[in-house]
Amino acid sequence: MNLEKVVFGFFIVLAATLNFGFVYGDIGDPHHHHVWEFFAAFVVNVVATVLKLGDRTQVGAIHLATSLVAVLQLVAAALVWFFAAQAEAGVSPGAMASIVSLSAGALLANVVSVVILISETVVQRR
Amino acid sequence: MGTAFFLAIRRLRPPILVLVAVFATGIAGLVLIPGTDPAGGAWHLTIAEALYFMAYTATTIGFGEIPRAFNETQRLWVTAMIFASVLGWAYLVATVLALMQDRGFRAAVVAGRFRSEVRRLAGRFYLICGFGETGLLVGRALDHLGLRFVLVDIDEARVQEAELLELARPAPALVGDARLPENLVAAGLRQANCAGVLALTNDDQANLAVAMSVRLLHPDIPVLARAMRRDTAANMASFGTDHILNPFAAFGEYLALAIASPGSYRLWSWLTGLPGTTLEPETAPPRGHWIVCGYGRFGREVVGAFRSHGLEVTVVDPDESPQDGLAAVRGLGTQAQTLVEAGAKDAAGLVAGTDDDITNLSIAVTARELNPKLFTILRQNLQANRALFDAFQADIKMVSSEMIAHRCLALIHSPLLAPFLDVVRGESDAWADQVIARLEASIGGRTPAIWTVAATAGSAPAVHRAVLFEGRTVTVGDLRRDPGNREETLACEALYAMQKEKPVVLPPDDMALSPGDRVLFAGRSAAREAQARALRNLNDLEYVLTGHEAPGWLWRKLARSG
Repeated sequence: MNLEKVVFGFFIVLAATLNFGFVYGDIGDPHHHHVWEFFAAFVVNVVATVLKLGDRTQVGAIHLATSLVAVLQLVAAALVWFFAAQAEAGVSPGAMASIVSLSAGALLANVVSVVILISETVVQRR
Repeated sequence: MGTAFFLAIRRLRPPILVLVAVFATGIAGLVLIPGTDPAGGAWHLTIAEALYFMAYTATTIGFGEIPRAFNETQRLWVTAMIFASVLGWAYLVATVLALMQDRGFRAAVVAGRFRSEVRRLAGRFYLICGFGETGLLVGRALDHLGLRFVLVDIDEARVQEAELLELARPAPALVGDARLPENLVAAGLRQANCAGVLALTNDDQANLAVAMSVRLLHPDIPVLARAMRRDTAANMASFGTDHILNPFAAFGEYLALAIASPGSYRLWSWLTGLPGTTLEPETAPPRGHWIVCGYGRFGREVVGAFRSHGLEVTVVDPDESPQDGLAAVRGLGTQAQTLVEAGAKDAAGLVAGTDDDITNLSIAVTARELNPKLFTILRQNLQANRALFDAFQADIKMVSSEMIAHRCLALIHSPLLAPFLDVVRGESDAWADQVIARLEASIGGRTPAIWTVAATAGSAPAVHRAVLFEGRTVTVGDLRRDPGNREETLACEALYAMQKEKPVVLPPDDMALSPGDRVLFAGRSAAREAQARALRNLNDLEYVLTGHEAPGWLWRKLARSG
């Protein structure tokens, strides 16, 4: 067993699960989507991206690409949240829906990342 | 993206992770810890506010406690975060600095830059392996001729020297072993615009390896390889190296030529001279008794040349015993005693041919004191000693780096020159004198520019079109007319031509060109530029051929309708 592989797999899966946890629930209901879960998903996604840096293989490149997509989607969601929170009445259901849908995009990228991770492991005989 | 970029981000991974962790912890703490407002109530920073605070605190910019004053608990947390984040930044900066000083990283950056420079080279270029004295001479001359080159040398100091050369267009340089094919490929060996490879290192094995790599990786381009030993030369010839340059063997040939036919030798050295030199007065080694000091690779070739012409030779060498019926004297030759023993007082000539410059000079000076009429041939090993050798004024000076450089340039610059020089070698002294007189009268005494005109669509489109499509007659004489004034003759002479794949020596002015013919010209570079106008521009060609200015397109239309 390789500790580096454990850490790598851990962060990739954690990024996907946190992202899923945040997206799960009624899309427009602010009570179903907690800001801390979003924060955690964001940080873990950034960590996963940094972990993927510097791998020159083809699989490594795809890994990095999916993470970059996820982070980009989450940055967009964070910006929407930031501006929506300026409003007097707090985050409206409409704004929440766009935040969640952007995060759902990031979730898709994270799922792709997990699928690559699994298939890579299956192909490896050792 | 290059290796350097991946190497860099891989090394920067840990410090970036530390910073991400510090920021995340800091933000989480700031949002969770409640502050106290003046009224005594609790308040919380938002995530955005916390991020803003961490950004300016971690980078030690320190705008203060925004949006409002913190309480003691918050300040305790911030203190911890300041230390953590400053450590994180320090770690990042230290990693970046270490990376910049890393030899491997710097080499990767330089190699990456070199690769992209080579890839971006537009037009044909030559690859020079080994940038010692010979490479330097060849490189300068190629630059002078407007040709580009890439160089590979194993010695970093020599590559740095090459960067300091004042070249018209910069030459990409790589520090690396030319024996390794990957270095040659990085230097553009497989690129379609690589016009030829020159293996000029001081290691025969390396030159052999380069020649072999070129044969296998890019078989259709010419290789010019230097070989100091005969067995290397034979090995190179066995797999089809185009041109093998052995300076000692070449000098032996020159010397044999100079003895047999001084005029041919003079013509030869004039045409293959480096740009900017002048026609030297005739120097014929006299017949008679010769003394050869130093019986190594050089001495053997020289002795061979003398003996092939039946000259009597005495060898002076510290450890060579007489063989092949040679008269020999043991010694270095720097002492008068040894030279007198070898017969210097009534010898016709002396060759100072050891591999040490100071010994050679010492031999020559001593010998000239004994016999001022002695004809001296001096071998110069290092360019650095040039001033000393120039001051001595030997009758013939042999510098192997210059010898190879001359040959390379002649071969690269004009493939038709080599067969012409072979003709020169076979012709009589009187013939050569005649050619020299003719050339000198029309183009002067400086080393002529040598160029080839090919009646092809690429090289001379106007001529090609006139001959092939319009059925006109273009003669060699027409190419020597000035497109500014056709009554004037350009300062150039045709030396040699390939007409329908048959060689013509000194083609006459009335020789008509057929498509695909090639003509070798020698002349001033100004004449070459003037000639190029008639080769490329139909109107100029029309004027040169007939004396009429060709009408423009609009005028032709008007004339036809009117």
